[in-house]
Amino acid sequence: MGDYIPRIPLADWIDSLVDWLLLNFSFIFDKIADITKGFIGLFVDTLTMLPPLLLIAIFVLIAWWTSRWSIAIFTAVGLLFIENIGYWAQMIDTLALVITAVIVSVVIGMPLGIVAAQSNRLQTIIMPLLDFMQTMPAFVYLIPAILFFNVGVVPGVFASVIFAMPPTIRLTNLGIRQVPAELIEAADAFGSTRSQKLYKVQLPLALPTIMAGINQSVMLALSMVVTASLVGAPGLGAEVYRAVGQIQVGRGFEAGLAIVIVAIMLDRISQNLYKK
Amino acid sequence: MSKIKVNKLSKIFGSNPKKGLDLLNKGMNKAEILAKTGMTVGVNQATFEVNDGEIFVIMGLSGSGKSTLVRLFNRLIEPTAGQVLIDGIDLVSMNQEQLREIRRKKMSMVFQRFALFPHRTVLENTEYGLEIQEVAKHERTQKAMKSLELVGLKGYENKKPDELSGGMQQRVGLARALANDADILLMDEAFSALDPLIRKDMQDELLELQETMAKTIVFITHDLDEALRIGDRIALMKDGNIVQIGTPEEILMSPANEYVERFVADVDLSKVLTASHVMIKAETMGITKGPRVALQLMKERKISNIFIVDKKQTLLGAITANDASRAIEEGKSLEDILITDVPKVTPDTVLNELYEIVAHGSIPVSVVDENGRLRGIIIRGSVMGALARNGNDDNENANDISESNDNDIDRDNIKHESNRNEVI
Repeated sequence: MGDYIPRIPLADWIDSLVDWLLLNFSFIFDKIADITKGFIGLFVDTLTMLPPLLLIAIFVLIAWWTSRWSIAIFTAVGLLFIENIGYWAQMIDTLALVITAVIVSVVIGMPLGIVAAQSNRLQTIIMPLLDFMQTMPAFVYLIPAILFFNVGVVPGVFASVIFAMPPTIRLTNLGIRQVPAELIEAADAFGSTRSQKLYKVQLPLALPTIMAGINQSVMLALSMVVTASLVGAPGLGAEVYRAVGQIQVGRGFEAGLAIVIVAIMLDRISQNLYKK
Repeated sequence: MSKIKVNKLSKIFGSNPKKGLDLLNKGMNKAEILAKTGMTVGVNQATFEVNDGEIFVIMGLSGSGKSTLVRLFNRLIEPTAGQVLIDGIDLVSMNQEQLREIRRKKMSMVFQRFALFPHRTVLENTEYGLEIQEVAKHERTQKAMKSLELVGLKGYENKKPDELSGGMQQRVGLARALANDADILLMDEAFSALDPLIRKDMQDELLELQETMAKTIVFITHDLDEALRIGDRIALMKDGNIVQIGTPEEILMSPANEYVERFVADVDLSKVLTASHVMIKAETMGITKGPRVALQLMKERKISNIFIVDKKQTLLGAITANDASRAIEEGKSLEDILITDVPKVTPDTVLNELYEIVAHGSIPVSVVDENGRLRGIIIRGSVMGALARNGNDDNENANDISESNDNDIDRDNIKHESNRNEVI
């Protein structure tokens, strides 16, 4: 075969694409990096400024308000434990990373989901892209992420967004498409414009599904914290990574457990948030 | 006066509707086109008019195209060809903005499965049409409350739809459609999802509302009884074609073809036909004449009783042949032997309610209008004859029953010849 068709130089193409992007758009990447860094810095500074006990109290209140009291107790015990084993600062870094990634995922993902729900053609274009984002090994896009954004928390956010955004897009699209055809007919029959239909009928009815998507995005972003630490994002993931490097089983377990606690807490809170 | 005029309106579902249209024009039917091209004919060149203020029922079995047809009216489904003229303006050629304006101001729709917005309260649902027109909050609440009151849902405005029963939910659907005060109401199987008793209540209420609203209502149903009950006119559909259009009586009494005939075959006529359909001409005479004249008349006409009216045709009573001959012997006047408590019904009494009255009286039941005038009489034979429709094996039975009345009637007399009462 190779005799007849020359090897396709895909790697070269990608390299030159990245070079071209870097050459022409580095000012955009710099801007994105600055904004992201600024936001995360503000987030971390604010949370670090508060005494841990006050912050724990706030989280417990949020958990109690959105979910059952048992979740509130879990949050209290879990966060006190993290504080106790000395991972408080790392937990705040992780929280900042995850929440930033989720915010970016929602801000980009929901409009994309809405757009995908408008036409079947757009859906068929977007869906394979999402499959690509979710299955392409994260390390692969960590490499250009470093080139674009340098090492640190920003490429970590970038990688987390790519991995975490698809469920928000998918479930926003699904939620809107699942609104009964009859209700769409009713909205049309009374003379709704496209945006009236979207804001008054489709989005409110799709909300539970969209929230399930956001919840999934939260969990996926959390699952990326160790990967993100490979490019220099600080936090609990970095602790795990370090423990692996030094073969410290106990430390690794502690940091891992802290991630699990944060995951359960965020999962339950985000699951129940829309019911309020 | 026509409110909606539909002109050669067609809908073909499929990959190449224009080709389907050509085939239709060549005279192929729905099944042939489906077999040849895989396309479905929804509506085939429907042409008719809906008059201002009437309830126009489009009836057919599922798959007959009736729901498609009503959606072509407000372009929830885009027509393939033809025109829909609302007050003389073609809807099909309108752009989206003009169409939206028509949907907001001229036409409202009520849906089979209610299609209420579950995340909105009853009031918010009712307000929807006004809300999207950006009517001020205060004004739209006022209008919505008024239409909720109209359908009897005052006090439920803060409930969510799923807290209400089916019948009440459809009242919300109706209130929502009434709130923006459109001239035309499209009702797509609006009562079909309700259980029979509630359905009948809703039909009655719709008729009652219609008395004051005088909207132009296009009502879709698969239920012939419903069509006959509420329709001023009925269009019958089959395979996308309109098979017959006519008043309920026309559809029942002179079906256009075998299909309509089969359709109406098991209608419970007793719930549809009224006294005015089955009454026959009454034999009457003035009160001033004597018993001898009365007896003579009865002998001539071979009847055993005769109705007495004044000059304005107001029914005074009846006399029997026996009483008349006794009166002659005893020298009494007509007034002395006049039976005044004769059974009376109004012209729009349905046959169902007539049975008992007809069965028990010895004198035929008189049909009297709101001014007390005698419009005709009903004898047992004519009731049975009407139920048996035109000529079939019930003939002999009908005669048996009519015997006791001595009033020999011809089958042809049964029909609508009631208003020619002469005073003798």
